[in-house]
Amino acid sequence: MASLNALVAVCLAYVFFLFCVAFAAERAGVRGRARWLLRSPLVYTLSLSIYCTAWTFYGAVGYAARSGLEYVTIYLGPSLVMIGWWWIARRLVRIGRSHKVTSIADLISSRYGKSNGLAIVVTVMAVIGVTPYIALQLQSVTASLSLFAAAEQGSLTDADEARAAGFWIAVGLALFTVLFGTRNLNVNERQHGVVIAVAVEAVVKLIALLAVGVFVVWGIAGGVSETLARIDASDLGTWEMDGSRWAGLTFVSAAAFLCLPRMFQVMVVENDDERHLQIASWAFPLYLMLMSLFVVPIAVIGLDLLPTGSNPDFFVLSLPLSQGREGLATLSFLGGFSSATSMVIVATLALSTMVSNHVVMPVFLYLHQGGATQSGDVRNVVILSRRLSILAIIGFGYIYYRLSGGSGALAAIGLISFAGVAQFLPAMLGGIFWRGATRAGALVGLGVGFSVWVFTMLLPSFGPDAILSAAVFDHGLFGINGLRPQALFGIPGLDPTVHAIFWSLLLNAVSFALVSLLTFPDPLERLQGAQFVNVFDHSGQTRGWQAPVAESEDLMIMAQRILGAEEAQRLFQTEADRQGNGGYLPKPTADFLQRLELELAGSVGGATAHAMISQIVGGTAVSVQDLLAVADESAQMLEYSSQLEAKSRELSQTAAQLRDANAKLMQLSDQKDAFLSQISHELRTPMTSIRAFSEILRDTDGLGPLEKTKYANIIHVEAIRLTRLLDDLLDLSVLENGQVTLNQQSGSLVDLLDHAIATAQASEARPIAFKRRRLDEMVTLHTDLDRLSQVFINLVTNAQKYCPAEAPELRIVVSQTGETVVVDFIDNGSGIPAASRDVMFEKFSRIGAQDGNGAGLGLAICREIMARLGGDVSYLDGTGGTAFRVTLPQSQALAAQ
Amino acid sequence: MGKHVLLVEDELNIIEAIRFLLSREGWQVDTHSDGADATDVIRSSKPDLVVLDVMLPGKSGFDILEELRGDAATADLPVLMLTARGQSRDREMAEKAGVSRFMTKPFSNTEVLTAVRDLLYVHGQRT
Repeated sequence: MASLNALVAVCLAYVFFLFCVAFAAERAGVRGRARWLLRSPLVYTLSLSIYCTAWTFYGAVGYAARSGLEYVTIYLGPSLVMIGWWWIARRLVRIGRSHKVTSIADLISSRYGKSNGLAIVVTVMAVIGVTPYIALQLQSVTASLSLFAAAEQGSLTDADEARAAGFWIAVGLALFTVLFGTRNLNVNERQHGVVIAVAVEAVVKLIALLAVGVFVVWGIAGGVSETLARIDASDLGTWEMDGSRWAGLTFVSAAAFLCLPRMFQVMVVENDDERHLQIASWAFPLYLMLMSLFVVPIAVIGLDLLPTGSNPDFFVLSLPLSQGREGLATLSFLGGFSSATSMVIVATLALSTMVSNHVVMPVFLYLHQGGATQSGDVRNVVILSRRLSILAIIGFGYIYYRLSGGSGALAAIGLISFAGVAQFLPAMLGGIFWRGATRAGALVGLGVGFSVWVFTMLLPSFGPDAILSAAVFDHGLFGINGLRPQALFGIPGLDPTVHAIFWSLLLNAVSFALVSLLTFPDPLERLQGAQFVNVFDHSGQTRGWQAPVAESEDLMIMAQRILGAEEAQRLFQTEADRQGNGGYLPKPTADFLQRLELELAGSVGGATAHAMISQIVGGTAVSVQDLLAVADESAQMLEYSSQLEAKSRELSQTAAQLRDANAKLMQLSDQKDAFLSQISHELRTPMTSIRAFSEILRDTDGLGPLEKTKYANIIHVEAIRLTRLLDDLLDLSVLENGQVTLNQQSGSLVDLLDHAIATAQASEARPIAFKRRRLDEMVTLHTDLDRLSQVFINLVTNAQKYCPAEAPELRIVVSQTGETVVVDFIDNGSGIPAASRDVMFEKFSRIGAQDGNGAGLGLAICREIMARLGGDVSYLDGTGGTAFRVTLPQSQALAAQ
Repeated sequence: MGKHVLLVEDELNIIEAIRFLLSREGWQVDTHSDGADATDVIRSSKPDLVVLDVMLPGKSGFDILEELRGDAATADLPVLMLTARGQSRDREMAEKAGVSRFMTKPFSNTEVLTAVRDLLYVHGQRT
């Protein structure tokens, strides 16, 4: 018993050592130290070696002892995957990183439109497929322990003791996983402790197996050539190769390598750098080669030396023991122990993430409807649910182990488990390579494959009459011959394992493809499909969120609960800074929501994160444009180019606006030039006469008095003209600037017109007859009478000046339509040509050249005045002569009543 | 004896002033007020000098000048241009069009006389 105790002590010391290593790595990781080691390709490669579980560590030798070289297939599959990393592994890692995938269930659910239903299916299948495998690990450890005890005492330890050992091992593993596997909520943040511990264990098991191998070859057989001779002599030397089994097993182990939750965890989720994959692509096959190097020698020597009937599965342990090499045996035991524990830890971690994210959290969120916005930290719930999941899964494993009672059925469970998780392969590969794959296809494929696997592999593994009756084996389910579990469709003769793998995966893939072809993916699914399949063309994200009505505060509260206050605030602050609006709450843009969803996905998985955000934002809307983008093979390119188009459209709009503004400025500038030019002309013209005649008067001798008077008169007239021009200009300027103050008065229209006519007649000598109906003019007005009078004078004067008729005559017609008073000034002249009517109210516009006296400001001033008074003056068409209509605004007309 | 000057101008008082000035110097002064047919009038009356306003009804002085310069018969005819739009751009345009002398209004009577004298003299020498 002393030696067994020593073994237990060594075991405990080893576990303590692992705790220390994990703890140190965790600390270093938090402080950002030792990155060279924590994030090295070496550690990555070694962590991949959790593929080699106790089943491979012990079982490979047993496998070789029973079936010769066939055990190589178990190593061959993964090696092929890694060597061909460029095609599949690289794609998985890229997708996993860009979409913050937390598990294989998350990957598949994300791909098929973030469907949580699919995630649950995958999770349940994974738990069913992997739990027995965990039980197998527990069994291998307890079995090896009891083997040790047997060698010591000559008798097997009793069953209770083995069970107790199994229990405590399970507890220890659960503790370790809980401690180091749930430190970070965000699964994408590396679990350094776990990874390093796994890497260390990888080294231990390799050294252990190599040590046993070296001992066997050189210590027992006595050299390489002797060993080879022995191998040749044994049955194993004969090369029996069953092609279908080789192909089937290689394929299923390759598939399992990709699909096993724990492999996905270390290969994709814990991947730090895509380049590590490149190194692992040769380093990992090398590791596997070393692991398998001494398998055959150990098997052959074991068969030779050990008594017939001893379990070849434990040759690795029993050979050194039989030779009295306890130290070596202890090392070997530690190797097996390492294999078992590392597998259990990582597998449990991966499964617990799936269970927690896809089963527990959705249920929790459903029960706490609207709970995403409540204050309080959900992180504890997430972590707690993950820890409980860990305990539950290891508990399941332990119960399974207890129930199966170490039966022979366990030995086959490795391969059965492989085939079970391999059912994920069609949905996964289809998802990342085939745009046409749909959720319905994936669901049906998984369901069919899983059912076939259960029926042809899992249930029969318990033996006839265990679960399936012997009758079912012989005559098929319900007596249907085509439903015999080991000869489906009545095709016998296939090896049972190959049979199960072949049919389950074939039916899985076929139904997956068929249903995918027959169903139509929903928009989000198409979008995700494009993202996954074209992951190398663009690592952008699906742009799904389209509801900026989401309130940032709610999002913040939710994010705090999932990510923790500090992390969430940092995220929001960064985004707010990026958006460039002060404060700490960014606008909930589609981009930001996308980023937030991704961050949350890292903690609670894609489907849950999506559900949580949609709880606040109110669901995603996939726009027609998105659909178009998806419909096209180059979805992102389209989007990008449409962004560019929008930008260039914006630019050209701006350019057009600038052009317009420029044109307006140019026009204004031209107008200003023309105006200045006009003013210059109008001022200089009278000045010219004044100067010329004043010089004449000054310099010319002998001017007659008549001439002198005439010239002085010209000077006088021109000076008045100049003054009037300046007055008009100032008047117009005041009117145009709106600086005019109106002097509101009441008066009658008759008086106003009388005054205007009198003034006009005084200033202009040319006679004109007036026609009026004074009765109509009996209207009282309330307005700026002086200004209105100015307009009337101008119009009357114009008629006087410009009416070309022999007997000029001006009719003044006052009419009232409704409450509007209209005054028309109609002369019997020739009218104004249509072309000039547009411009005649402009400054300096003069019609014809009859008279050089006016500056062309009169009508412009009239128009300005009427505008100020709230009325209008316009040319009246169709009267035969020249006619203007002055409209008095309503308020003034009202006042006139 | 008296040289023949044609004054193309639409402002009555200015016509009066220039006619007074040039007549006193012994030149024969004819006037024309419309821009539209000014070129034809100039061609037919064959003056020794044209005094041309810019802002004329019907056609601008610049256009008339260009027409004169484009015609071999009047290409060398001395043209004294008067304008009330005293912007430098107008001067450039006039020079480009081939004006002989350019003056802005209001002008000094002596300057006008000197200019007319110069132009008539130079023109007379050349022919």
